[in-house]
Parts: sequence; structure tokens; C-alpha cells
Amino acid sequence: MSGRGTRTIKVDALARVEGEGALYIKMAGDRVSDVKLRIYEPPRMFEAFLRGRHFSEAPDITARICGICPIAYQMSAVHAIERALGIKIDPAVRLLRRLFYCGEWIESHALHVYMLHAPDFLGYQDVIEMSKDHREVVEKALRLKKIGNRIVQLMGGREIHPISAAVGGFYKVPAKAQLRKLMGDLQWALSASLEAVRWTSTLQFPDFEQDYEFVALRHPAEYALCEGRLVSNRGLDIDPAEYEDRFAELHVKHSNALHSVLRGRGSYLVGPLARFNLNFDKLPDTARQAATDVKLIPPVKNLFRGIQVRAVELVFACVEALRIIAEYEPPGAPRVEAPNQRGVGQAITEAPRGILYHRYAVDEKGIIVTAKIVPPTSQNQRRIEDDLREYAAQLAAWPLEEATWKCEQAVRCYDPCISCATHFLKVVIERE
Amino acid sequence: MSSESKRKKKAGAKPTIGVFKFASCDGCQLSLLDAEDELLGVVGAVDIAYFPEATRNMLDGPYDIGLVEGSITTHHDAERIQEVRRKCKMLITLGACATAGGVQALRNWKDVDEFIRIVYATPQFISTLKLSTPIAEHVPVDFELRGCPINKYQLIELITATLAGRKPNIPTYSVCMECKRKANVCIAVARGTACLGPVTQAGCGALCPSYDRGCYGCFGPMETPNTASLTSQFRVLGQSDDQISRAFRSFNAWAWQFRRASEECRRT
Repeated sequence: MSGRGTRTIKVDALARVEGEGALYIKMAGDRVSDVKLRIYEPPRMFEAFLRGRHFSEAPDITARICGICPIAYQMSAVHAIERALGIKIDPAVRLLRRLFYCGEWIESHALHVYMLHAPDFLGYQDVIEMSKDHREVVEKALRLKKIGNRIVQLMGGREIHPISAAVGGFYKVPAKAQLRKLMGDLQWALSASLEAVRWTSTLQFPDFEQDYEFVALRHPAEYALCEGRLVSNRGLDIDPAEYEDRFAELHVKHSNALHSVLRGRGSYLVGPLARFNLNFDKLPDTARQAATDVKLIPPVKNLFRGIQVRAVELVFACVEALRIIAEYEPPGAPRVEAPNQRGVGQAITEAPRGILYHRYAVDEKGIIVTAKIVPPTSQNQRRIEDDLREYAAQLAAWPLEEATWKCEQAVRCYDPCISCATHFLKVVIERE
Repeated sequence: MSSESKRKKKAGAKPTIGVFKFASCDGCQLSLLDAEDELLGVVGAVDIAYFPEATRNMLDGPYDIGLVEGSITTHHDAERIQEVRRKCKMLITLGACATAGGVQALRNWKDVDEFIRIVYATPQFISTLKLSTPIAEHVPVDFELRGCPINKYQLIELITATLAGRKPNIPTYSVCMECKRKANVCIAVARGTACLGPVTQAGCGALCPSYDRGCYGCFGPMETPNTASLTSQFRVLGQSDDQISRAFRSFNAWAWQFRRASEECRRT
């Protein structure tokens, strides 16, 4: 034991994250004896009340797990159910779903990069304080975020809990001319995103590299959003249907969110870093070039550089949205029939924060018998605790208040969505 | 905290706002950040004193306006809402969770212990109430803003009206009025689609009918909804009692008019 007393890093309510959580770290000198990411967001038990509902209700109900990434829930739900029913969707619908998802990525990443994460690097409490010195940056961020929201609004009626996603396709699809109107804004968004890549590369990053197992979807032809195999940098390569064979959820006392682990291996990391490192070759040229120009090249093992990777993914989302709109021809019908029939289906899609797994079993009347949902933040939870164990030790000599803020920042790098994970953020560091 | 004292000095005479979260998806408070064109204006007119989703600054009350999102589902939250009420001069609830218990109120018809066993491996770690209930069941509420999610323009109108000391212009008529105003063809009449529009409060802009689907009631019951008549009409359209009951039991299931309708259609 070192001569110094116990030190507790404690954040009772983590700020600028979605949902309610707390962080508790107990230290003796530079040895961390306990790390608890406590998610006290009340349990809402979606998997239980999905039982007895018709499959057509699942996209609307599961959207309500998260107001920040409702489209992720809708997309994982429709793909899993379509697999259960053996439905093939129209290629034009497939493209529209990617466009819809790009809208959510732009909105969510712009929100996190500028409004939730940037204040940490620039030393502000929040974006409001930051806007006093950096009004132009904040105004651009708001415009970028709004353009993402415009895509979602046009396709789904509204930004939060959009109403058009359906099993088999959409309730209504946009006309070509409607989408074309977004192109001017998206061209602006693309140049703003390229600027974001350059701007985020001027930030100061702590020296903190970890040996992660990165897990993301991988598609043979594109930067994966809704389809592909689940792969890792340590040889994982499975179909989404095999997910539960390889991953387990553990229930720990200090959290209302379940912890996911790779069976026999432990924690892993999902989200922007994982996608970027595993799918760099699938990024559009413009995005890959922008990353290369600022020397952001895989493997990126520094969590804090997530802000740069999100900026690169903003470029991807804008390029992809522009491509889809340019190629778009409306499908013959907005959706294909979804018959009531017995089946089990699983799907994984890439939510802005990482992979989101859904499984449904439905009966011959189309009623959901069982549902399982594993959100990205529960998958990252164990990894967040592992990171903090290392990071808090590095900060042992720092004054408590600053060490606490730094640990909080480390958690925010994950853009955790606590509402999803319970379905989380106080930080406590206890030093001995 | 030094930044706290700095803020207090800067605050001056601006009204203070606190944003509080209970069981919810965060979507309604995100509506404030989604008001991209109005956000910097609103922030200029008020002092955001407590809004953990957006800022590390957390000032103790009292607050002039408290915006509350989410429903009450735990013993701890049942106590916390009392404290929030004491600190807020005016308390406004935002969205279906805070005004009607939210989608998590679907537990109210079930055995909550069984629900916990379905989701969690070690049920004894979980502490939750049997019911998910709206804020007004616990403390007096000054205004309830409906929707799952709320309409951000209604939120801006509500904040503006409150700051100006006037009554907010938030209609309590049904979604049908909005459909008529948009000149939508009635999907219930023309296509026989089951639609909750006639009993649901306006505010969304008749989104679902405009996207070729029936309204699913996310703004909750209108002022005087004739749910019995709509139930009869749903039967004419060939809806089963289960389907009708499920239609009323979604995001505003515990609002008493929808609750009653969802139970009566099984009895008759």
C-alpha cells in the first residue's frame, strides 16, 4: 500500500450522456481496487412487454427504448422479424433504409462530436458556454445536426420516433423529387464534415492506448449498417444468428443494465473505433482520404480519438446519402406483405454507438413469443470499466477534481446511451 | 465548484430552467436540443440551471420552470419527484411517460416480478414499483405537454408563453382536425384502416395518416374522446378484441380513457 490515503473518484450524475448513471472508482495510491459503472436508470423491461404484441408493432415499440437512436431500434427490429418470416425486401427499400440510417448517424454524431464531447477538449462545462467563444462552430454543428434530422423527418415524419418504418419496407416512401431537394444541404454537410475531420485533429488527446477486441458488422461491398457478418480483430467471424452462442449477458448487482461479454474472452468494444478499424477499406474514398490526410489510420487504439472517427463517419454518411439520392428510383410498392407465420429471426445493425442485436420468436398468428435486445451500451459497459481501471491508475498523481473530470471524459468517449442500456452517468474515485 | 459561482453571478434576472429525467427514453428532452434554429435563442432568454444531458453545471434550485420527463417506477423516484416539485415554481411534464406512465406502464396489467425474471438473471438486484405512473399522480402539475415524443414547436410555444405570462396555445381537439386541415383523405373511411385519430389529441400534425397508416395514439386521449364509438367502428372494420385492446395499450396505455377502453373491449 502506498503512503497516501484512500481516494474515491465519484461522479454522482454523469453529465452529457443519454440517461442516468454514476461512476465509482476506489484507489489505493496508484492501484485501482474497484470500478463500478452504476446504471441507476430505472429498468423498463421492454423484452417482457413485447411478448403478446404483434410483430408489426415491434418497430414502433422498440423505438421507445431510445429517443437518440430510434432508427437503430427500428432497423434491428424489422430486419430480425423479416428474417423470422423469410421475407425478401425490395432493393430500393434497402437503399432507403441506409439513407434513413445515415440521417440518424449525422444527427447523432453531430450532437456527440460538438455538443456533448467537444466541450471536454476545450475546457467548457457545456455547448452553451462553448457557444459564447465559438459561436460559429456551434452554429455549424447545429446546421449539420439539422440536416441529419431533415433526412429522418422527410422519410419518417419526425426526428424522434419516426413513424414510417415497417416490417417489409416503409408505410410510405419519398418521391424522387423530395429527396433531390436534400442534395444542396447534403453537399454543405459534406464540406462541414470534412472540416470537422480537420478541426477534431487539432484537439489534444491523452496518451491512452488499450489492446481492444473490436467488434463490428462487416459487409463485402460497403461500410456496413444493416447487413453483414459480425467480425473482430481477433478472428471472430459469425452470422448474426450465432450471436448468442458467442456472447453472454451477465447481471451485476450495481447496474440495471446487463453486461455483455464474449464467452471465454471477456470485454470487447463496439462503436465508431471498431467499425473504422475493421472496415477502413470499405469507407468511401473521400472519407478514407480525409482520415489519411490527418494521419488517422487503423488501428486506432486511443479511445479519445473517437471524436475524430465520428467526424470521419460523418463524411461517410454524407457521401453515402448523396449517392443513394442520386441513384434512387422508388420501389414498385412501399413494402412487401408480411404474413403471420411461425419463425425465429435475429439481426444486428450498427447504431451510432455500436452494434444492436435483436431476436424475435413469433407464433402462427404473428404474435411475439419471446424477444431479446442487446443494446450497444450494455456491450461496452464492461469495457468502460476495464478502461477506467487503467486510466484512473494513470491519473493517480492528479488532483482529485481534475482526475474526476478526466474519468468522466473517458466515459463520454463511448457516447454511452444509458436509456438504452437499462435500459447511466455519476463518477466517484475513492483513493487510499 | 468555481464555475458554479461564476454562473450565479452571470445569471442575473433571467428565469432559471431545470430539466429532470425519470423513467423514459430521453427523446422529449432531446427535443429541446433538436430545436436547432431556436436553441441559441431560448438559451439566451433563460438560464439553464440543471440539464444533465447537456451540461456538467448542476445548480441547486429553486428553479422558475421545471421540465419533467419520464414516469415514476421506483421508490427512489417517488421520493425524488417530491423534492423536484418543492424546488420548482412551475412544474411542466413532457411527453407520454410523464403525463400517462409511458410504454413502461404496460407492466401495470402484468405481474412485475415475472417481468423482472424475464429480463434479469438475478431478480433480487432489481428494485422497482409494481406500477409505472404519471407525475400528476404524485405531485401537482402546472401543465402537461403530450406526445411520444412531444412536438418541439409546442415545447417552444409553452416556454415562450410561460416566460410571457400568457396561456400557451396548445390545442386539445383530435388528430382528425389536423387531417382535415391538411386535406388528407380519411384513411379510416376511404380505406378501412383502423385509426385512433378520432380519440387522440392533436399535436403531431396528423403524421401517421399522412404516411398512409392509422394513427396509433402517441399524443394520448383528446379532451372528451368517444372511445366506445371508435371501438364499435373498429369491430366493423374486422378488428378482434385483442387487436382493439392492444391499439389502446401502447404509449399512453395508462391514461384513464385509453385504459378503460382497453379493458372494456374485452368485456363486451
